Amino acid sequence: MATRQTQSLARLMRAPAIILLLVWMVVPLAMTLYYSFLNYNLLNPASTSWAGWFNYQYFYTDPAFMDAIWNTLVLVLGVLCITVIGGILIALLIDKPIFGQGIVRILVISPFFVMPPVAALIWKNMIMHPSYGVLADIAKFFGLQPVDWFAQFPLFSIILIVAWQWLPFATLILLTSLQSLDGEQMQAAEMDGASALNRFFYLTLPHMARAITVVVLIQTIFLLGIYAEILVTTNGGPGNASTNLTYLIYRAARLNFDIGGAAAGGIIAVVLANFVAIFLMRAVGKNLD
Amino acid sequence: MTTTMRGLLGACALTAVTMPAMAETLTIATVNNGDMIRMQKMTAPFAEANPDIQLEWVTLEENILRERVTTDIATRGGQYDVLTIGTYEVPIWANQDWLLPLSDLPAEYDVDDLLPAVRQALSVEDTLYAVPFYAESAMVMYRTDLAEAAGVTISESPTWAEIKAAAEAMTDKDAEQYGICLRGKPGWGENMAFLTAMSNSYGGRWFDPEWKAQFDSAEWNATLTDYLDLMTNYGPPGASSNGFNENLSLFQQGKCGIWIDATVAASFVTDPENSTVAESVGFARFPNKDGVDNHGNWLWAWSLAIPASSDAPDAARKFVAWATSKDYTNLVAETEGWRAAPPGTRASLYANPAYQEAAPFAAMTLTAIEGADTQKASVQDIPYTGGQFVAIPEFQGIGTAVGQQFSAALAGQMSAEDALASAQAITTREMARAGYPK
Repeated sequence: MATRQTQSLARLMRAPAIILLLVWMVVPLAMTLYYSFLNYNLLNPASTSWAGWFNYQYFYTDPAFMDAIWNTLVLVLGVLCITVIGGILIALLIDKPIFGQGIVRILVISPFFVMPPVAALIWKNMIMHPSYGVLADIAKFFGLQPVDWFAQFPLFSIILIVAWQWLPFATLILLTSLQSLDGEQMQAAEMDGASALNRFFYLTLPHMARAITVVVLIQTIFLLGIYAEILVTTNGGPGNASTNLTYLIYRAARLNFDIGGAAAGGIIAVVLANFVAIFLMRAVGKNLD
Repeated sequence: MTTTMRGLLGACALTAVTMPAMAETLTIATVNNGDMIRMQKMTAPFAEANPDIQLEWVTLEENILRERVTTDIATRGGQYDVLTIGTYEVPIWANQDWLLPLSDLPAEYDVDDLLPAVRQALSVEDTLYAVPFYAESAMVMYRTDLAEAAGVTISESPTWAEIKAAAEAMTDKDAEQYGICLRGKPGWGENMAFLTAMSNSYGGRWFDPEWKAQFDSAEWNATLTDYLDLMTNYGPPGASSNGFNENLSLFQQGKCGIWIDATVAASFVTDPENSTVAESVGFARFPNKDGVDNHGNWLWAWSLAIPASSDAPDAARKFVAWATSKDYTNLVAETEGWRAAPPGTRASLYANPAYQEAAPFAAMTLTAIEGADTQKASVQDIPYTGGQFVAIPEFQGIGTAVGQQFSAALAGQMSAEDALASAQAITTREMARAGYPK
């Protein structure tokens, strides 16, 4: 049992790491908060002045703001649906002893190693392009008109690209969970006459609940901040059709060089992300208990 | 004192003496286009003449370059000694005292040889703040073989009605041959560069003298309606995500009958190694609308400037003078042929018979550049300067947001009227925030 001295020593030794972490988080947040109350445009730094709540008001009255909130939600939910359902199906598939299992698993995981902008470029120019893309070639082969993906279905196209990147992550986590399923339970259920579907819904799926929660929580955190794929493919358009909250902030900061407005947007995004996090922890996080 | 100690002290003293002679490093931020990449490969003569200057390159894609250098210069970061910037940035940054004036270039540089339109665009109150590496205006490039086969002609100075008739005649969508390719990708330097120039040629303007946005005007309505009509009926699929590079590729592959874009593209589409249609490209002036005496006053020059925060201004001045000199042009001509010479900056290049012979587009490029008047881009009264842009800091953000609306209209997601109303609202809101009229 630890003595009081060793406990104190442990606290003392932990302190630098904890202080560093705090500074790492608190300083940028405090600076963002400070800038969000300033009229501060990088192209005209001389006219910097105190703005009060104006930047916040200006950001949420942006005509693109409600579109951005809606698109963020659709993007996150869309990708989650595809990756969780797809991940379960692929995990079930590659869990079976098949020929070349190792290679199949590596192939399934490989998209995760591709950098987001590179993945987006590949999808944009080689797969979905209405003139040069593989999908256009397939459509033409069948005598159909090629689909102009990024003009007709911009958000859906981005969901597809992002889901392609995150599917390996979901598959990996879900496969690990699947492999920890007790085979004897399955056999017993099978001997009791439970159908394959029943076995899946009453045994496999409940067993995977915790892994699914992990996938949903981790992916949500990352998906709220998606922007590279949007920047590379649609630039948030056409119109605001694929502008999410992160892209809107990017636009304020890097296109308009409006540091005050972008900082206010950043704080609004942090607040909204925390709402989502609290909701998620309450709704699905209980699986982690 | 031991011998070793003496030796060490001597070495230190020698190092101190030789320190000033050590190489100075110039960090050059540049854009990743062909001409700039070529410049990096050709610096050997400069390095030989200036052994005390080391060159370090930061090569970036246009948008990223703009973000980086703007952030660096605005925060006085001092990361770069030479910047590659355009005609949009120069007057704005010079007025902020962010750039060093380049009024004391050596006599052999021959500042008077720079084309007047380009020189004026890079000057503030007659002081040069950047030197042009290459410059461009916009013009019509078209397939002479397709025009002939379709039985249409495009005059040297066509009207939009003429362009529309030719585009219609050249379109054969089943053969993946589209009458006209124009920029549709949103961005102030992409679709809005083209649409602003087109609107100028329709007699339109961005702002009236009181800085009131003009998207509710008849001129803008006609511009956008005709643009959408052209692109929807005779344009390629996916046009709302096509920018300069995408259209260049389509034209080089023989999929466009007409392409109206930057004059700098002419050397690429006539390059037999990269263009399948090199032998049959014709050139004409940027079109105008019947009755409007204005040909889309587009003027852009990728230029080299020295930030005020540079710690090696003298070395930087030597470098920018070398890279934009006549000697550099001759060097490119010797190694890669005259057609590859950086275009649009010097009168001497256009007076050179060897260049005229190697570059069939030379005369039209010169006409286009000389025709650009960045001080008065519209036939109507305007409170701003700039051709295909409005030279105010807010324009980057506003231009891109408006470009999004027009791109959405091109993608069929909203009507021209809605896009214009939206553009008017966005511009009015942003201008009010920026405190215009100032």
